[in-house]
Amino acid sequence: MLKMTPLNQTHRDMNAKMVDFGGWDMPLHYGSQLDEHHKVRQDAGMFDVSHMLPVDIKGDNVRGFLRQLVANNVDKLTLPGKALYSCMLTPQGGIIDDLIIYFLSETWFRIVVNAGTADKDVAWMLKQRDEHAPNLEIAPRRDLAMVAVQGPNARAKVWQVIPGSRAATEELKLFQSTEVGQYFIARTGYTGEDGFEIILPAVDAPVFWNALHAAGVAPAGLGARDTLRLEAGMNLYGQDMDETKNPLESGLAWTVELKSERDFIGKQALLDAAVTQQLVGLVLLDRGVLRSHQQVVSQRDGVEYQGEITSGGFSPTMNQSIALARLPVQISVDDEVSVVVRDKKLRAKVVKYPFVRNGKVLV
Amino acid sequence: MSVPTNLKYSKSHEWVKPEADGTVTVGITHHAQELLGDMVFVELPEVGRKLRQKEECAVAESVKAAADVYSPISGEVIAVNSPLVDEPGKINEDAFSAWLFKLKPSNAAELDGLLNAATYTELVENENH
Repeated sequence: MLKMTPLNQTHRDMNAKMVDFGGWDMPLHYGSQLDEHHKVRQDAGMFDVSHMLPVDIKGDNVRGFLRQLVANNVDKLTLPGKALYSCMLTPQGGIIDDLIIYFLSETWFRIVVNAGTADKDVAWMLKQRDEHAPNLEIAPRRDLAMVAVQGPNARAKVWQVIPGSRAATEELKLFQSTEVGQYFIARTGYTGEDGFEIILPAVDAPVFWNALHAAGVAPAGLGARDTLRLEAGMNLYGQDMDETKNPLESGLAWTVELKSERDFIGKQALLDAAVTQQLVGLVLLDRGVLRSHQQVVSQRDGVEYQGEITSGGFSPTMNQSIALARLPVQISVDDEVSVVVRDKKLRAKVVKYPFVRNGKVLV
Repeated sequence: MSVPTNLKYSKSHEWVKPEADGTVTVGITHHAQELLGDMVFVELPEVGRKLRQKEECAVAESVKAAADVYSPISGEVIAVNSPLVDEPGKINEDAFSAWLFKLKPSNAAELDGLLNAATYTELVENENH
């Protein structure tokens, strides 16, 4: 039996094509994935991301617990409502999950984790809690729904729908959040566009969704979510990284704080790691479509290097194929590489990602 | 969308239109494009290529996946729909007019082994349930 979000019937009522996404019955698209993608880049779209899990951690010194739990440093969070992107690592430095931590107060932090990893994440947190901070309360919040409203007009549409939200959220900077009545509103997202991610009581989700729709926000499915995040150069857990990869070889060195004295799980492994691979962007020069797991071959100084595409697809904004690939560190930006697609070798250029941000092509 | 009765169908979701001059036109069905979603890339066979029945001869890629297209019958490729390469979305708009290639059959009897509209509709319905 597939798991369903509080918006499952709402998606069906909107004629969504539903798919099994890691055990969740989720909308792939509502007619055209390409239209939904463009709507988010140019106007406003909304995604049901209720399959992701908010986990509330409460008690004395939550901050101290999180300092050692994740690779980024929660001491960067000084203003209530501020958010931080981080990886949670194994002692070997492998990525258990990537997540967003919201600092609400010294006795309450909220972590939003991926759907497919939620069970193992919570189990890991509980294990660490029992060993290091037994008095903390860790509460998975399946009673909440989450809707991402994204696009240049997304915030204005939300302001129309949630009374009083404009005054409360207009000054929010990126990666800041606040509560407006029963709505937890964060200026975050997974599309490379402006917008909000909104957490609210599950029972109220259908009415909220329909109100956004009435305000002109287009429903968008997992298909568009994937092409938007790929253009935005954002990693997808399970594809671009997993427990066999560390953040340094996954384009996430910027999320690891190694300078302070702070110890955290996986720190020693990262300090000892010989980084031989990197995550790079590829733009396909020939016709075709790059897909994950295709092999990448490159010649440099007479040596052949091999790598693999971790996420590939068609970029609707650029109207050509792009990819994230894990390649040896010897390969650098502007190099031309070959990608094995069926029986052919197609030419691709190595680029620095993101590919697209705020509606503009950057490569 | 209804399945046109003047066409023949393969189990791998190609449609075949027998023309008056003995050649056939080939495309992928409405059901196939529906499964694939928005089309973004089409690779067509070379004109002059001789195909065996069920041979992989073209590729139709959507935002979601790449699908091989199989030749429904044996024959020589005599024309391809080149404009489709720049506008793969035409397949989503009307799969039964967005043809891929034309064949001169080398064994016209193979046409009799293809499905008619009723049998193909049944096949699709069974897949859906």
